[in-house]
Amino acid sequence: MDDTSAPPAVVLTGITKRFPGVVANHDIRLTVLAGEVHALCGENGAGKSTLMKILYGMQQPDEGTIEVDGKPVRFRSPSDAIRAGIGMVHQHFMLADNLTVLENVVLGAEALHGIGGRARARIAELAGRTGLSVDPDVLVERLGVADRQRVEILKVLYRGARTVILDEPTAVLVPQEVDELFATLRSMRDQGFTFLFISHKLDEVRAIADRVTVIRRGTTVGTTDPTTVTSRQLAEMMVGSELPSPQVKHTDVTTRTVLAVTGLRLCAAGDSSRPLLDDIDLAVHAGEIMGIAGVEGNGQTELVETIMGIRRADSGTVRLTGSGGATRDLTGLGTLRRREAGIGYVPEDRHRHGLLLTQSLWFNRILGFQTRKPVARGRWLDVPGARDDTSRIVAQFDVRTPGIDVPAAALSGGNQQKFIVGRELSGDPALLIASHPTRGVDVGAQAMIWEQIKQARADGLAVLLVSADLDELIGLSDTIKVMLRGRLVADADPATVTTEELGCAMTGTGAGGGGS
Amino acid sequence: MPGRLPRVLRGKLLPPAMAIVFSALLCTVALLISAGSPGTALAAMVSQVGKGTTAVDILNSATIYYLIGVAVAIGFKMNLFNIGVEGQYRIGAVTGAIVGGATNLPPVLEPLLVILSAVAAGALYAALPAILKVTRGVSEVITTIMLNAVSIGILALLINEKTFGVLVNNNIATKPIPQSGWIPGVSFGSHGTLFGFVVVAIAVGIAYWVMLNRSRFGFELRASGESPTAAMAGGVNAKRMIVVAMLLSGATAGLTALPELLGRDHVYTQLSPQGYGFTGIAVALLGRNNPGGIAFGALLWAFLDQSAVSLDNVGVPKEIVTIMQGAIVLSVVVSYEVIRRFELAAEQRRVGAQLGTATVAAAGGAS
Amino acid sequence: MSLLTNSTIAPSGSSATTRHRRLPSWGRGLLWTLLAVALLTATADLTGLAAITASPTVRAGVQLAIPILLAGLGGLWAERAGVVNIGLEGMMILGTWGAAFAGIHWGPWAAIVGGAVFGALGGLIHAIATVSFGVNHIVSGVALNLLGAGIAKYLSSLVFAPITHNPKQSPPVEQLDTYSAQPLAAWLKGLEEDHPRYVLSDVAGILRGLVSGVSPLTMITVALLVLSYFVLWHTRFGLRLRSCGENPVAAESLGIDVYRQKYLAVVISGGFAGLGGAALVLAPGLNIYLEGQTNGRGYIGLAAMIFGNWRPGGLLGGAALFGYADGLATLTNGTTVLGLFYGVTLLCVAIALVQLYHRRWTAAGVAVASSAVLYLVYLSIDALPSELTSYLPHIVTIVVLAASAQRLRMPAADGLIYRRGQAG
Repeated sequence: MDDTSAPPAVVLTGITKRFPGVVANHDIRLTVLAGEVHALCGENGAGKSTLMKILYGMQQPDEGTIEVDGKPVRFRSPSDAIRAGIGMVHQHFMLADNLTVLENVVLGAEALHGIGGRARARIAELAGRTGLSVDPDVLVERLGVADRQRVEILKVLYRGARTVILDEPTAVLVPQEVDELFATLRSMRDQGFTFLFISHKLDEVRAIADRVTVIRRGTTVGTTDPTTVTSRQLAEMMVGSELPSPQVKHTDVTTRTVLAVTGLRLCAAGDSSRPLLDDIDLAVHAGEIMGIAGVEGNGQTELVETIMGIRRADSGTVRLTGSGGATRDLTGLGTLRRREAGIGYVPEDRHRHGLLLTQSLWFNRILGFQTRKPVARGRWLDVPGARDDTSRIVAQFDVRTPGIDVPAAALSGGNQQKFIVGRELSGDPALLIASHPTRGVDVGAQAMIWEQIKQARADGLAVLLVSADLDELIGLSDTIKVMLRGRLVADADPATVTTEELGCAMTGTGAGGGGS
Repeated sequence: MPGRLPRVLRGKLLPPAMAIVFSALLCTVALLISAGSPGTALAAMVSQVGKGTTAVDILNSATIYYLIGVAVAIGFKMNLFNIGVEGQYRIGAVTGAIVGGATNLPPVLEPLLVILSAVAAGALYAALPAILKVTRGVSEVITTIMLNAVSIGILALLINEKTFGVLVNNNIATKPIPQSGWIPGVSFGSHGTLFGFVVVAIAVGIAYWVMLNRSRFGFELRASGESPTAAMAGGVNAKRMIVVAMLLSGATAGLTALPELLGRDHVYTQLSPQGYGFTGIAVALLGRNNPGGIAFGALLWAFLDQSAVSLDNVGVPKEIVTIMQGAIVLSVVVSYEVIRRFELAAEQRRVGAQLGTATVAAAGGAS
Repeated sequence: MSLLTNSTIAPSGSSATTRHRRLPSWGRGLLWTLLAVALLTATADLTGLAAITASPTVRAGVQLAIPILLAGLGGLWAERAGVVNIGLEGMMILGTWGAAFAGIHWGPWAAIVGGAVFGALGGLIHAIATVSFGVNHIVSGVALNLLGAGIAKYLSSLVFAPITHNPKQSPPVEQLDTYSAQPLAAWLKGLEEDHPRYVLSDVAGILRGLVSGVSPLTMITVALLVLSYFVLWHTRFGLRLRSCGENPVAAESLGIDVYRQKYLAVVISGGFAGLGGAALVLAPGLNIYLEGQTNGRGYIGLAAMIFGNWRPGGLLGGAALFGYADGLATLTNGTTVLGLFYGVTLLCVAIALVQLYHRRWTAAGVAVASSAVLYLVYLSIDALPSELTSYLPHIVTIVVLAASAQRLRMPAADGLIYRRGQAG
């Protein structure tokens, strides 16, 4: 990258974006050179997604300028960005399942080569040049994850993009697929394509990127050469001084089993040959936090939902020992009965599964507790009881809200999550299932939630913690189990394990899979 | 919390006000096409209320509209679109009439029997779409619409001389219900007779309010309507809710024709009033599925229906009322949606401003 | 329809197993047509009920199927763009009034245009409510049905009542000429009527019903069906429209104006529904606007489209089925309609055999049980009660949907409220 005669592919200067009550981006500065793989690193909620939406024309910045190939531009819509040669591969694929690959690729760019034979020929040509080969006439719903990603990249190239934004492209891939993707990216870089690679996986960044820019709390903190810094240094740039230092471990783990899962098996609907969960055995004890590590999409969601009774297991048993000491077989019970038996549940998607967004906080307090004191009496609600207890949660968990009558949607993500954690710790549960409890929340709320979970553990609660944040897993858990393709494949001791080792286990590689 | 009450009121009152203004405008246009004067038309309609039996007729119609409006609202509250109340109320009515005609119990028991059989038949007729929805995944919208049509056939089948029909005043009807089964009305002399059943309608309204706001079932109903996914994670059994809500809706619909059956007609015929089902949907939409709102909607609708006769006197086709009704419903649903969004955004801004801590956090968190 | 799924999980390596040999769609269409003809022929011959395959029955079926087909096409356009259109009925009512109004003044061809324009206006209102304001599609549709009926009622009493002295009907519209494909129709007539023979006469009767006394509107409808297929599946406009029904967020991220596509789709949808209304007004032997003449056909059109799995070919099959059922119920008596039970029994036996061949025991069991029940009904009563025969299409709709709902595939984002800028 010594040839500096070409202007940089993208230059962002002083980009600021505010949302009601929140500044998502503040004075962002970023220079991406032509023909490089430039990584953008930052924690969840650091403002990466907003920045990418701005660069792709999905949102307009309140302040700041964008230059592409040396020329200042203003993007009002993604079309403008596409015209300027910028393409984006979204983390959650933007594909229509019921359309063919060809249709998905040409959609919106029909003017280039039509929707018939010429388009097909052009796709074949692109596939030949880049190695991204997919049958153009197959429906996207038939494709696996890696193929879908290829279609996404083809889509972008078909539109003539020279600069490609990849938003967390490896989150859903298995190691071999990650290697294949990186090989493709390298060969395309050599052909002159530019990539902006968004990730918070430092090993991958160090493996693929020519340069790294770190973003923290909505602003860029610096750009560096990944070959000259360690993962630890990068991590410190990402989290600033607040890097959670390993705790002095003192264990509260008892020998009393609270949750006992044996032989759990769950199959995809209508297909008994393809288990989403297979042969799951686990036991969580009182006073223990058991962390479940895994690349997303390896069955963690299904495990949690099966234990909660939201999905019906094909075989296996789930037993819970309540705080009273009586053991109950939950296998045949519905979600509500399992909650009553003493399970609290912090779901991974608080908007879809955790809250009734347009209802008041006190109304939300009742959700999941509609049969129990203090918010209900028999078949009837206890509204004063619900209001009082909501006030208790707001005070105890520091939920920043003007009152308990505001709709849940009006709170910030962190305060919504604190409220949910507070609610789910109500009613003296024996077990808390927490899925990504601090995803997308601010640092203050994160610390608060961690503190509350640890406090509850000290009081004898058993916790099943699913998280993609390895530091969170290692920092909180007493035991870690690794999940891969629907099975629990490895155990790890959080006192000794490193994120690198955990990463290898999660991807099924013996050693050093993600590193270079 | 100063300023909270007016805001709540604004959210509740602004949409219907906007809707009425908008549909008034639309009707003005329609009137001007027909060379009528909006002012005269409105004056004629309002003054009609004081004439003859109109005022009592409005209350009587509103009683009927209220019952069926609540029936619709029970389903709508959880986004279950029971379009089939039309069929359910007619099946309920004919069943009640047949049972009443065949039995002769003492007072109180006889009307109770008629009411129970009508309610049971209405619920039963709603059971099929509910079962098909939870077991086969068939949309309740299509099945209930089809069952509305089929109910006309069933009525024809039940009310003929080979089955339960008898000749009453040159008209084939069900056997008359004995006097012990009648529910007496409140007479206002020359101003008409108010259905005694209005008491039942008020009781249904109160029960609906209590169910919605104070019972676990009501909570689960509202939660399912707001977010099926969150309700499920909160332990609400979606299939059970669909079946129970549908049955409850059908049962309530079964009451609809009883004010007329027990208070005035005492027989049911194929010519007995139909179309209340769609009125019920309109009234529920007007009232936003809330007990008070439905009452307002029912009264408004009844006023438009009953006062329309006066329009012919001022040379305006009374059918203009149907435009007015359609326009009101459409503009109410639109303005509720607009206001809802506006209020939510305002609330978010307000909370953000009030807390004043513009933290760098999950941006667009509540989009 | 599970409510709690995180749809990003698609285990890799599954693509090869689910793909197996499939007939092309025209082949399947041909197969189903042959099957239907064979079934009707067998039923007619085995029960001795000639009316089942007589040309008047089929001709009536075609005429009754046209409005259903047009309404279904309306549904297809809207739902392929992701907007559920339960307001088809209201748009159809508007179409009947528009057709009658234009028809009395400027003749039957203007009636066709008038119907389409009025229906499209209804579609525009639905689009404004659902697309711009994000009103629930069912709610808006129901409201539109009320509004459509109200407007038609008012305008009818305003415009038609002074002429006919009846606010519920219009003066007659001039009739469209009908055509027969001669000499084919005459030759088929000979085959059907002169020397009745098993099978041959039946097939001739069905064909004759299809090629004789054909209204130009029928031809237009068939042309529109083919055109809809071509536009939706083989043009850039159609691809964009369907993408809005499958994944509007993805479509928006590719620079497609989702609102514009949805608006166009729903307005076109209304136009089709209005055409369906015009077809009712111009139906041979009627030629007037009559209050309530749509009689729920908009809903049946929607059901036909669902039955047809949101595809034009399937929609044609659904409309033909409902039209035929309606024709049979209108022209014949309860005995003949009961004959259909015999036919359905045969069909269930056939389905049972196919399911047994595929070793799907439960499905086969259900098919055997239903054929037994139907056969018992057929044996135990002489005629279906005449009160119920006219609701045959409605009952058929429920049965068919109950049997097939789980194999249907609606556009993925159908009925979901979409707001601009949702992407990400």
